[in-house]
Amino acid sequence: MKQRSDLRVALFFLIPNFVGFSVFMLGPVMFSLGASFTNWNLVKSVPFRFVGLENFGTLFQSQDFWLYSINTLYFMLGMPVAIAGSLFLAVLLSQRLRGVVLYRTLFYLPSFTAGVALLILWKALYNPSFGPINELLNVLLEPVRAFADAVSAAALLRERGPFGWIAASGEALPFLAGLAEAQPPEWLASTRNLFALRPNAVGVDAAQWGLGARDAIIFMGVWTAVGGGNMLLYLAGISNIAPELYEAAEIDGAGRWAKFRHVTWPQLAPTTFFIVIMSFIAGLQGGFEQARVMTLGGPAGTTTTLAYYIYIKAFEEFQIGYASAVAWVLFSIVFAITLVNWRFGSRYVNY
Amino acid sequence: MSTTSAQRTFAAWWFRAGRFHVSHAFLVVFSLTMLLPFLWMLLASVKPQNEVELLNPFPTVWQWENYLEVLTHKDISFGRYYFNSLFVAAWVTFLACFTSSLAGYAFARLRWPGRDHVFKLYLATMMVPGVVTMIPNYTLMVKLHLLDSYLGLVIPASFTAFGTFLLRQFMLTIPPSLDEAARIDGASHWRIFWDIILPLSRPGLIVLAIFTFMGNYGSFFWPLVLIKSEHLRTLPIGMLFFDTIYGKQTNLIMAASVMNIFPLILLFIVLQKYLVRGIQLGAVKG
Repeated sequence: MKQRSDLRVALFFLIPNFVGFSVFMLGPVMFSLGASFTNWNLVKSVPFRFVGLENFGTLFQSQDFWLYSINTLYFMLGMPVAIAGSLFLAVLLSQRLRGVVLYRTLFYLPSFTAGVALLILWKALYNPSFGPINELLNVLLEPVRAFADAVSAAALLRERGPFGWIAASGEALPFLAGLAEAQPPEWLASTRNLFALRPNAVGVDAAQWGLGARDAIIFMGVWTAVGGGNMLLYLAGISNIAPELYEAAEIDGAGRWAKFRHVTWPQLAPTTFFIVIMSFIAGLQGGFEQARVMTLGGPAGTTTTLAYYIYIKAFEEFQIGYASAVAWVLFSIVFAITLVNWRFGSRYVNY
Repeated sequence: MSTTSAQRTFAAWWFRAGRFHVSHAFLVVFSLTMLLPFLWMLLASVKPQNEVELLNPFPTVWQWENYLEVLTHKDISFGRYYFNSLFVAAWVTFLACFTSSLAGYAFARLRWPGRDHVFKLYLATMMVPGVVTMIPNYTLMVKLHLLDSYLGLVIPASFTAFGTFLLRQFMLTIPPSLDEAARIDGASHWRIFWDIILPLSRPGLIVLAIFTFMGNYGSFFWPLVLIKSEHLRTLPIGMLFFDTIYGKQTNLIMAASVMNIFPLILLFIVLQKYLVRGIQLGAVKG
């Protein structure tokens, strides 16, 4: 067939979208790159000038940038959990079961209604003193505390009794004392975290180990995402797998796990690849809404992600130049990681 | 292997029964995990404030007036926020569907030099973090005097690379023989677009409409930086300020949250079959 070109018609169809796309997308991307080399500030009467790479120098030398990058990466730890959960739910839902549509609807509900209202809801749920989560944890912890109390009392009373070894060993007693006073986490008010990261410096401090604001936001994120779009993508992926593959596997005597491992998982590789790439892109620029609505980036900056940092710099301190520099660094990271994902991942997808 | 057929039948029966049982146990547990926060929100929204903090799930008095109190509150105009959110989301949805379907046609059904490069450019911008474009767009709005206006909320959101991508993918699945036949009959491109491609793209359009509507109904960042006047606040911004000032009145905050997500749940129930298909569509040919 003869190759024809519909350039003039195409322009007609493309122009409404392309004009907007250029003005609000392409233009701004280039513009913010330019702005990142300036000291542009919307409030201060500092004379506007080009400062070269100064913004980037300041940025990489500031401890805040590294801390907030770590926060951003920390939040992304929820990603593999959420993706694995989505896959698990999709596998469950892909069976011929009663009520699959109802389950799917319920799982999808959090991600469909996600937004400020749900963030406010979770803030109330996580309230350290009045929130239902901690009230429930207190009910569960009560018998633990009572038990630890009783055991350490018994151990102290009689060195030789059934619990005598506890007092004798000298190590278990402080542990028991700690257990007797166990309190639920302070959640959004706490700088503690599972990696014992320090709040105000790059480093680790054992006293910081525990559950805190960052973990709270991760749990919430997993709850929101697990039954969302990724689960539906996996469901679609599973329904596209040829039944013959399963039949062949069954003839080879494959059990349920073997069928998952050797049929479902490799067949879903393109879906997983897509989901991982999209999750990285979203994760690296995430955390803004949570920070703005739930924690204002605190406590001690532990929930400030790069996106929230840029917001503060641009829209609360009006340092447009500096904020643009941070935004471009973020963009470069997203771009680099997507590229790496692409090169690394596409090798495994072409089976 | 020397299993009798009776043994095998029994094993199959047991296996199936076992699978049935275990899966449902998991599914029910997960469903409850998803539901409980919503149930707590609903129940908290009809409690007197002093009962919100109690572990007791049900209120002693069902205080439905909480909703009325939010709607008639002196410091927030919840009805106004509702209107603003719906109004902005509806306009963005209309404009985005319009421009995206035209562009989608150009990418999916027309041949022109550089088409695939321009499409890659569109795709690449989906990777650009929102904050990168937000800053220049904000300064642009300042220059155009569109700060604190409906137009400023609607216009920048109405041109989406994602929508173009989605509709292009959808239009690619329509057999090319259809418009070739129409072209032989002498139909113009506009007619082919309007009478053939657009009607056949309806499921794709519906999906794009739902996503755009939802995204803009819940949009937070852009209205937060753009809107200063109380009467132009959208629901998320209104909610944020309500929570900032009256955060201690959890029952009222929860009533407001319920009203905030109610339209979404309604939309979801009505349109869920399109949605499920649509999310899957977005990635099929990605």
